[in-house]
Amino acid sequence: MTQAADVDVASPEPGVPVAPIAGRSPWRLGWERLRRDRVAMVSLLVIVLIFAFALLAPLVASLTGHDPNAQFRQTGLTPDGLPEAPTSEFLLGTDDLGRDILVRIAYGARISLLVGVVATVITIIVGVVVGLAAGYYGGVIDTVLARFVDVVLSFPFLLFAVSLVSVTGPSLWIAITVIALFSWASVARIVRGQVLSIREKEYIEAARSLGSSDVRIMALDVLPNVLAPVIVYSTLLIPIVISTEATLSFLGLGVPPPTPTWGGMLDESRNYYQQAWWFVVFPGSALLLTTLAFNLFGDGVRDAFDPRADRLMKG
Amino acid sequence: MLSFLVRRILIGVLVLWIITMLVFGIFFVAPNNVAQTLAGRQATPETVALVQHRLGLDDPMWLQYLHFLGNALKGNLGYDYYHLVSVNSIVADAAPKTASLAIGAAVLWLVLGVLNGVVSAVRPRSLIDRGLTGFALFFYSMPTFLLGLVALYFLYYRLTVAGFAWFPAGGYVNFSQDPLQWARSLILPWLTLALVYAATYTRLTRASMLEVLGEDYIRTARSKGISERRVTFRHGLRAALTPVVTQFGIDLGQLVGGALVTEQVFSIDGLGRTSVQAIDNQDLPVIIGIVLVAAAVVVVANLLVDMAYAWLDPRVRLS
Repeated sequence: MTQAADVDVASPEPGVPVAPIAGRSPWRLGWERLRRDRVAMVSLLVIVLIFAFALLAPLVASLTGHDPNAQFRQTGLTPDGLPEAPTSEFLLGTDDLGRDILVRIAYGARISLLVGVVATVITIIVGVVVGLAAGYYGGVIDTVLARFVDVVLSFPFLLFAVSLVSVTGPSLWIAITVIALFSWASVARIVRGQVLSIREKEYIEAARSLGSSDVRIMALDVLPNVLAPVIVYSTLLIPIVISTEATLSFLGLGVPPPTPTWGGMLDESRNYYQQAWWFVVFPGSALLLTTLAFNLFGDGVRDAFDPRADRLMKG
Repeated sequence: MLSFLVRRILIGVLVLWIITMLVFGIFFVAPNNVAQTLAGRQATPETVALVQHRLGLDDPMWLQYLHFLGNALKGNLGYDYYHLVSVNSIVADAAPKTASLAIGAAVLWLVLGVLNGVVSAVRPRSLIDRGLTGFALFFYSMPTFLLGLVALYFLYYRLTVAGFAWFPAGGYVNFSQDPLQWARSLILPWLTLALVYAATYTRLTRASMLEVLGEDYIRTARSKGISERRVTFRHGLRAALTPVVTQFGIDLGQLVGGALVTEQVFSIDGLGRTSVQAIDNQDLPVIIGIVLVAAAVVVVANLLVDMAYAWLDPRVRLS
């Protein structure tokens, strides 16, 4: 070790140790920005609570003593056979079959979150793979894939989804598949656009001249650099997926009854909204609260991780 | 320009062709008991076979498809299985209802969304900006059917109970029959559809305006002494509209499907609701006809969007 290396240049007085300046990755910078965003943090808390509520659904069921599909025709319905208003036994009231709405909302949260997360993950994986391949290889592969993306984006989505589900019969996995089938194309388009510019960078050339394979370059050199917009897009995709799942269930094309889903509950409530406001209001609020929390959080993530956000906020 | 148009139209035709094959394929693979339903529960296998033959369902798939394609090219979408009504007339009957709903809502959301977006962008981070942004996010998070139910509850049920029967719960009155009732029957559906969509436009316009207003040429325009209003609308908004137009094209194209939920909530027998009913009955000619019409709308809307770019932003050259 040489003499010069022992001299601490950062320290104003020799001998007094100072903390070294740690390099902060863009991820860390983004996370620190996000943590200062109060709205985003509150939304994150709400999201965590909704997840907890969904995970603890069996606990909710055992605390109230009401199975989500149990019909309390004696205690849960008025003498006229109408839904019972919120009471100490049924905290959020009952539905048209005398089932506990609170317990059903808790179980419905599981479906909404499961579909929201799984369909988004599938969408992102397919979209990223297609976008990477199209952008990286270019040429014929790009032309074919890009045209294919155009075709998928020109589909009348809901109509087509409705036809598809009507043939296969509604189920959880069909709902997830249908949603992913029609969402990956926009992810592919975003990723492709990013890859097109990254492909020409010097470090890609360097990797190639070192003999890295295409797959290795895509996975290690290109992918990390398109991750930020992908993450931003996925957080904003989750609420769209959740709302699409609810819409499918509302149309009777999601998870079939008696499994509780928020969209399905709202569909069942349509004939009773005049007599039983709680039948509409509580599942509706649960759905709205969830999508709102994800959207607010997604906006925060975008502001924190999208480099362009700074410029936009300055106006 | 011409080669651009030709190419786009060819791609559009290709898309439509793929869609016909897909829809046909899906319904062919699926177990189909239309003939059984039509012939009745008591029908002998011979009767069922006869019905099947009459509908052409016993032909091989490729023959049925070619048959359909040949007729479609002549402008005939076939006949529904149950009442042998021509699909053309079913579509012609339902399309004006969807169009009334869609166009009225589109005008409403475009004006509402773009205006809110501009107001927000002119004073970023002001109270009015925060208010409008929050308002937009709220409706952006709201699924259409939920807003429809809320509108029904408050604006139909509550108002009617309170003695103000301003809005009907649903249904549709033909424009030619009574324009006033037509508008009255559509106010709630318009509002439902428009509020959900307007939110996207507010967010989009705001972001795009903020970006454009930071450009050098805006500063140049200001320094030339042009009034702020003129800078905002003539120099700023025009350039900021490009992403809005893109979105509008996508949304307008998808609106046949997008209006489906609203039609369902407010019992309007437009294309969306008709297709849902046809799907329940496995009435393939009707389904395929409506999906095809809807896809054609998407294709045309995309084409119009691309042409609108060139008009809005002179830097864009169609090639």
